[in-house]
Amino acid sequence: MEALEIARWQFGITTVYHFLMVPLTIGLGLLVATMQTMWHRTGKEHYLRMTKFWGKLFLINFIMGVATGLVQEFQFGMAWSEYSRFVGDVFGAPLAMEALLAFFVESTFLGLWIFGWNRLPRLIHLLCLWAAVLASVFSAYFILVANSWMQHPVGVEMVDGRPVMVDAWAVFTNNTALVAFPHTLFGALAVAGAFLLGISWYHLWKRRHDGLDTLDAGGTLTVGDGRGARDAVDHRVWLRSARAGAVVAMIAFAGTGITGDLQGKLMFDQQPMKMAAAEAACHDGTGFSILSVGNLGAQSCDDITAVIEVPGVLSFLANGDFTTEVKGVNTLLPEYQEKYGTTLPDDPMYGERAGTEIDYLPVMEVTYWGFRIMIGFGAIAAAAAAAALWVLRKGTVPESRWLMRLAVFGILAPFGANAAGWIFTEMGRQPFVVAPNPDLSGIDSVFMFTAAAVSPGVTVAELIVSLVALTTVYAVLLVVEVKLLFTYVRGGTASAMPELVRHDDAHGASAGGKDDGDVLAFAY
Amino acid sequence: MTEALPTLWFVLIAVLWAGYLFLEGFDLGVGMLMKLMARNDTQRRVLLNTVGPVWDGNEVWLITAVGATFAAFPSWYASLLSALYLPFLCVLLGLIFRAVAFEWRGKRDSDAWRDRWDWAIAAGSFTAAAGIGAALALTTTGLPLDAGGNRVGGAFAWATAPALLGAAAVVLFCLVHAAAFVALKTEGGVRGQAERLFRRLLPVALLPFLGWALLVQLDTGSVVTWLAVVLAVVAVLAAYRCSTAGRDGRAFASLGAGMLALVGSIFGAVFPVVLPSTLDAAFDLTVQNASSSPYTLGLMSVVACCGLPLVLAYQAWTYWVFRRRVSEASIPAAHAVTAL
Repeated sequence: MEALEIARWQFGITTVYHFLMVPLTIGLGLLVATMQTMWHRTGKEHYLRMTKFWGKLFLINFIMGVATGLVQEFQFGMAWSEYSRFVGDVFGAPLAMEALLAFFVESTFLGLWIFGWNRLPRLIHLLCLWAAVLASVFSAYFILVANSWMQHPVGVEMVDGRPVMVDAWAVFTNNTALVAFPHTLFGALAVAGAFLLGISWYHLWKRRHDGLDTLDAGGTLTVGDGRGARDAVDHRVWLRSARAGAVVAMIAFAGTGITGDLQGKLMFDQQPMKMAAAEAACHDGTGFSILSVGNLGAQSCDDITAVIEVPGVLSFLANGDFTTEVKGVNTLLPEYQEKYGTTLPDDPMYGERAGTEIDYLPVMEVTYWGFRIMIGFGAIAAAAAAAALWVLRKGTVPESRWLMRLAVFGILAPFGANAAGWIFTEMGRQPFVVAPNPDLSGIDSVFMFTAAAVSPGVTVAELIVSLVALTTVYAVLLVVEVKLLFTYVRGGTASAMPELVRHDDAHGASAGGKDDGDVLAFAY
Repeated sequence: MTEALPTLWFVLIAVLWAGYLFLEGFDLGVGMLMKLMARNDTQRRVLLNTVGPVWDGNEVWLITAVGATFAAFPSWYASLLSALYLPFLCVLLGLIFRAVAFEWRGKRDSDAWRDRWDWAIAAGSFTAAAGIGAALALTTTGLPLDAGGNRVGGAFAWATAPALLGAAAVVLFCLVHAAAFVALKTEGGVRGQAERLFRRLLPVALLPFLGWALLVQLDTGSVVTWLAVVLAVVAVLAAYRCSTAGRDGRAFASLGAGMLALVGSIFGAVFPVVLPSTLDAAFDLTVQNASSSPYTLGLMSVVACCGLPLVLAYQAWTYWVFRRRVSEASIPAAHAVTAL
C-alpha cells in the first residue's frame, strides 16, 4: 500500500472510532445535566439516582472521547502535513478556538463536577455540569466549522497558491456548518435516547424477571419494594429513563430528518457529485432509488439499474419540488473534468500520482449504502422508540427476554446511523480533501486533492506502525470499555451509589468507621 | 502593529508550553510516582487524588499549545509533527493509556486490574513526558528539514543527543516537580516520603534541563536570556532551602519559577527561529515565514486575550476548591460493583 492509502485508512478508523464516543458524550451529557436540574428543582430521590447512574456511564465513555480526540488534533500535522500547510490559515483557527474556548471549560468543569459532590454548593455543582456539557456542544460547533470549510470553503482569498482567511464571519457562519451543527446534535441525542431506553428496558425487564414488579391479568402493575437499591424508587428510575429515552429518540430522529433535508439541498448545490453518487444516479432525473442493482464498485455507471425508484423524490430532496431534473453522474463528470482538469498536475507534491487521471466519482458502494444505512438505522431506531413508548404505557415492559435483548441491541442502531452519515459525507467528498464548490456562495477555485495532502517526508513504515498500533490499542480499549459499561449497567444504580447498598446492611462494618468530613465524597 | 503579531504569537505559544510543563508537569510526575514512590494501594490512591480533579484540565494546555501552533504557525505545526512522527505517536499512546487508566483504575475491585492500570499510568506518563521533552528540545535545536519543511533522513532522523537531553530534562523535571506538589498536597506518610524524595532528587533533576538551556544559549543566547538562566539557578537553589525549612508551598513555587525561567531563556534565545533546519539555515522556519496571515493572527489574538485569562481564572478557582490536603484517612473504601 502507498502512504496515501494507509494515512486515509488511519484517519478513517480513528475518526469513526472517535465519533462513537462523541455523540454519546454530547447527548448523554445534556440528559444527565437535565436530570440533575430536575433533582435540584424537585429534590426527588429518583432524579438523584438517575443523575448518578447515567453520570457514571457518561464518565466511563467521556474519557474515551478525550483520549481518542487527542489523536485527531495531532494527526493533521503528523500524517497530513501538506494539508496542514495548505489550510492552516483558516482551518487551524476553529481548532485552536475549540481547545481554548470549549475544551478547557469542558475538562476543568467536569473535574469540578466529578469531585465536587458534597463539596460545592448544590447549585454551583449543577452549574459546573452545565458548563461542561454546553462546552462540549460548543466544541462540536467549532469542529463542524472546520469540517464544513473542507466541504464548502468560504471566507478566503487565494494568496500565493494558498487560501488566506479574509472574512471570519463567513467561515464561522458557513451555511454548511449551520445545518451540520443541529444535524450532529440531533444525531447525538438519538444515540443518547436509544442508550437510555435500551438499558432502562433491561432493568425494568430484570425487575419483572426477578419477581419484583408484577402485572395481574387485568394489566394492573404492582411495583415491588425490594432491598437496598431495588426499592420502589428504583422502578421510577428506570421507567422515567426509558420514557425519556424514547421521547428523546423520536424527537431527535425528527430533528435529524429536518436538518438532514436542509443539508441535502445545500449539498446538491455545493457538491453535486457527492449527491449523485449517493443516489447512484447516472442519468439526470427526478426519481429516488430505493434499490439499485448492478456493480456499484465498478466505478462506472454503465451497469447500474434502479430496480425500485420513486419518481419525484430526488427532485424534492434537491429542490423542494417534484419535477426539476437533478444532474446525474454522466452529466457531472465532464463538467468536473472541464473545471478541475482530467489529470493530476505534474507537480512533485503528487508523487507517483502526478499526471495520472483523476477519478471524480466517489466509491459509489459507500456513498449509496452509507446514505441509506444512515437514514434506515435512524428510522428503525425512531420506530422502535415509538413502539417502546406504547409498550411502556403499562408502567413496565413485557417479560420476553427476546424483546429485552432487542432493546439493548437497538442501542447500536443510532451509532450505526451516525457512523454511516460521516463515512458517506467524507468519502463522498473524494477525490478532494477540500472540495471545490460550484454554487454561488462557495469559491470554486479553492480546492485540494486528497492525493496532495499527505505528509511527503513520512515513510510507509511509520504509517503502518501507527495504523497497527492505534487500531490495536483502540480495539483493546473498546473491549474494556464495553465490559466496564456492562458491569456498571448490571450493577444498577448501586454501582454509582454505594451508599444505597451500605445503607441496606447498616449494621455491617462498611457503614461505620470513616464517615467524618475528611473522607472524599468521590475518589479515584 | 500587524508586524508584531507573529512575535506576539510566538510569545503566546511559549506561554502555553510553559503553562503545560508547569501544570501537567506535576501530574505526569505523579503518574510516574505511582510506581516509583507509593508503597501500597492506599498511597497510590492518595497520589491519584491529588491530581484527580485537575489532570484533565491540565492536559488541555497541550491541546491548546498544539492547536494554537496549527492556527498561528501552520508550517511549524506541519513540519514538527510530521518530522517527529514516531515520538508523537508514542506521546499519544502514552496519554491515551494514562487518561483511561485514571478513570478506569478504580472501576473494578481487583489487585491485578489496578496493577495493570497503574503501569499504564506510570509508563504512559513517562512516555508522554519523554516525547514532549524530545520534541521541544528538537524544535529549539533543529531537525534535518529540506526546503519544503519536510524531514530528510528517515524515520529516526530525529534521534540525536538533543532529543535525549530534552527527554531526560522533562522526565526528571516532572518527577521532582511532582514530589514538591505531593508534599504540598498531602498529609501523613506520603507527605514525608515526597519531601525526602524532593530533596534527594533536586540537586540532579534539573541538570539536563539546564544543559538544554545552555546548549541553546551558547548558540544564540543574549544577555537577557543568560540572565534568565542565572535566575533559574537561583530559584532552584531557593527551592531546596524552602524545602529544608519545611515550606512546601514556597519550594513548589520556586521550582516552578525556575522551570519557567529556563523555558523563557530557551524560547527567548531561539527567537525569531521557531524550528531550525540542521541542513541549511535558509530552510529555517521563523516567526515570519511560518506564520499565518495578519488577519488570522489578529482574530486569534482577540480570542486568546479574552480566553486565556478566563482559563487561568477558573482553573485557579479549581485549585482553590480542592485546596485541602489529601491523606490516607481521606480515601474512601474501594467500591465493588456487583451484578444484581
